[in-house]
Amino acid sequence: MTRLLVGPFNRVEGDLEVRLEVSDGRVTEAWVNAPMYRGFEQILQGKHPFDAMVYVPRICGICSVTQSVAAARALAAACGVEAPPNGVWLTNLMLACENAADHLTHFYLFFMPDFTREVYAGRAWHAQALRRFSTQSGDHSREAVAARQRWMHLMGTLGGKWPHTQSIVPGGSTRNLSGSERFRLGSRVAEMRSFLERVLYAAPLEEVVALDSEQALEQWLQRDPLHGDLRLFLSIARDLQLDTLGRGPGLTLSYGGFADPDGQFAMAPGVWDGNTLQPVNTAQIAEDARHAWLADAGAAPHPSVGLTLPQMDKPDAYTWNKAPRLDGRVLETGALARQLADGQPLVRALWAKTGGNVATRVLARAMELARLVILAEQCLRAVEPDAPCANDAVLPMEADAFGLCEAARGSLGHWLSIRGGRIDNYQIIAPTSWNFSPRDRHGTPGALEAALVGAPVQPGEKTPVTVQHIVRSFDPCMVCTVH
Amino acid sequence: MAEPRFNVLWLQSGGCGGCSMSLLCADTADFRGLLRQIGVNLLWHPAFSLESGDESLAIMQDCLSGKVPLHALCLEGSVLRGPEGSGRFHMLAGTQEPMLHWVERLSAVAHHVVAVGSCAAFGGITAGGINPTDACGLQYEGDHAGGVLGAQWRDPSGLPVVNVAGCPTHPGWVLETLAALAAGLPMPADALDTLGRPRAYADQLVHHACSRNEYYEYKASADKPSDLGCMMENMGCKGTQAHADCNIRLWNGEGSCTRGGYACISCTEPGFEEPGHAFHQTPKVAGIPIGLPTDMHKAWFVALASLSKSATPKRVKVNSTSDHLVVAPLIKKTRLK
Repeated sequence: MTRLLVGPFNRVEGDLEVRLEVSDGRVTEAWVNAPMYRGFEQILQGKHPFDAMVYVPRICGICSVTQSVAAARALAAACGVEAPPNGVWLTNLMLACENAADHLTHFYLFFMPDFTREVYAGRAWHAQALRRFSTQSGDHSREAVAARQRWMHLMGTLGGKWPHTQSIVPGGSTRNLSGSERFRLGSRVAEMRSFLERVLYAAPLEEVVALDSEQALEQWLQRDPLHGDLRLFLSIARDLQLDTLGRGPGLTLSYGGFADPDGQFAMAPGVWDGNTLQPVNTAQIAEDARHAWLADAGAAPHPSVGLTLPQMDKPDAYTWNKAPRLDGRVLETGALARQLADGQPLVRALWAKTGGNVATRVLARAMELARLVILAEQCLRAVEPDAPCANDAVLPMEADAFGLCEAARGSLGHWLSIRGGRIDNYQIIAPTSWNFSPRDRHGTPGALEAALVGAPVQPGEKTPVTVQHIVRSFDPCMVCTVH
Repeated sequence: MAEPRFNVLWLQSGGCGGCSMSLLCADTADFRGLLRQIGVNLLWHPAFSLESGDESLAIMQDCLSGKVPLHALCLEGSVLRGPEGSGRFHMLAGTQEPMLHWVERLSAVAHHVVAVGSCAAFGGITAGGINPTDACGLQYEGDHAGGVLGAQWRDPSGLPVVNVAGCPTHPGWVLETLAALAAGLPMPADALDTLGRPRAYADQLVHHACSRNEYYEYKASADKPSDLGCMMENMGCKGTQAHADCNIRLWNGEGSCTRGGYACISCTEPGFEEPGHAFHQTPKVAGIPIGLPTDMHKAWFVALASLSKSATPKRVKVNSTSDHLVVAPLIKKTRLK
């Protein structure tokens, strides 16, 4: 048996370390460490509740908007305020913008470059991968960065800047849109559609969204197996059998995405277990600090009464991340979970066959990206220029509230207590807190820890490439994880 | 074009990675091409490089041993000194060594050290509240010189840490700074202001070119989120005091905080994370904002404010508390003089 300490793990957001035990060329056990703690939950204590709108986006430079939205929803619940329809559409537009940008960044800058590695030099697709995704000279990654930069003009106009906008407020959005601004943003959305249809999919967005079975996917792939980067990925995935790598837990979570002003989700919420879709019961969420360098109350509390307090030199602790569980169970969250909850037929069919794995995670994310751009078009059309975009929010002196949001990487929740007009407690469970959780007090490993078991390791590898594929397939955000 | 030769190593510690994400929004159709054009060779970056794990550590070791010259160390995020000076709140993955020590060792071999963002410059958001991790900047702790490297620290060319402050940084601020350092000419000490910020962007105020200037002139003030009026009087805006060219350079196309409908929180200034009041409210004494425009005398401010308030055109007054333009400017009947 050999032990490997793998890090720093780049092309994930934030710092990540993975400890592995390897026997007979396979990973036999894994421990995931989020090695940095900043203490936002401590920083927020005693603050004016609206100050959260300045601090929490700064938890994360890549999912900043989703942190703002979760906080705004928690505060809106505390204040009893609802956003006017424009406020809802503008917020959804910013969310769609950030989530789509994150999916694009993940595919082109974080995930695909691993296929340009020397270890794959003999593969039929390697030259194409190098030409398209090389971090030094890849044509398509270069184009993707340019497309992303233009797409983020949506955030410039609607949010003033990205990351770290403060235009998202409990009562809606501080930034109204005029008719001419809407026209200009429409042209940015059209540019993104054009890039995706030309380079990523080599197909109309609607065609990608409509893929509804394995057979349909197969036909779509065979039409031109290397044309379009998604098809190239599917070809690589088949060659490397990526559907056998990184098996996730049999349970997924989505809080539901993009509710319209009537509360109807564009992406349905739910807990999917392979057979049925159950409603999300947030009362069943608990965070277990047994293996974290954090005070452990002797039980796993609900986040509304959770505690985040550093405690070094604790036996058996190996990460700053707690272990969130739903009714005691490990689950996976992210684009795959959202598409499963929403009933996307192709994603459900693949899940039924091979479960969550490197291939299904990346495919679900790519399919969702097409939907997000269509959704952005719909939001932009729904905005009524010059109609009210925010309602004023009045804070109560005492409140207990929470706000949920779907980030690119999955389900994000903020739990807030206000006492005497100040923040008394603030607890955050981020998507990667779930996916990259440590063992709980029963010794059950987190989703990634289990997914790494069985990964093949070649002799002499210090940073096994299969481990890199599995880790990055989750699109982890470590700065959100611990915060 | 010659191969880029200015080696940059970029590390992240007690921050959010947002300055890197912002950098990727640089106003160019060819990000890699732009780096190449300014002569920057990114040795390693946590988000943009292929190398991972042992490959990344080998690059850092080569910098430490002198095998590869390290022309600029860019640090994003504050340095976490806690608990009790151990630096254990951030151990660099794969090394079992605090990032604090990596930063100290790499700074010692770097030709220049650049703090990217207010966290690395001054401590920033991570140093907010009770500062649970004892976070500070490379050469500052808030507005006190010192930090990790000490007030007297200078790079071999005589420069202090270059503080590209901002939360996040504008991509242009970072790229212009790297371009200036990479150009090979010694950067004159007066290219930096007294807080170590490049004057190329820090000699402006956020107020300059603010699209709400007419409201400011007449003290026609917003009083709730989404109002179009000036946000200085009620909404906590510090644009008249904060050093940055946000409204001249603009963000992500047409953006800036004030154009996004919210107050400037002076994120380029040390200590912005703890203003001593709620961010969204202007602190006042006897109805007068405490934070007056930079370089303006209080008596004049009060006199001009009261005069301009009484001179406010109805159009400006009505629009200032609306979320869209309600009254358009009058169309004059004569040729404009």
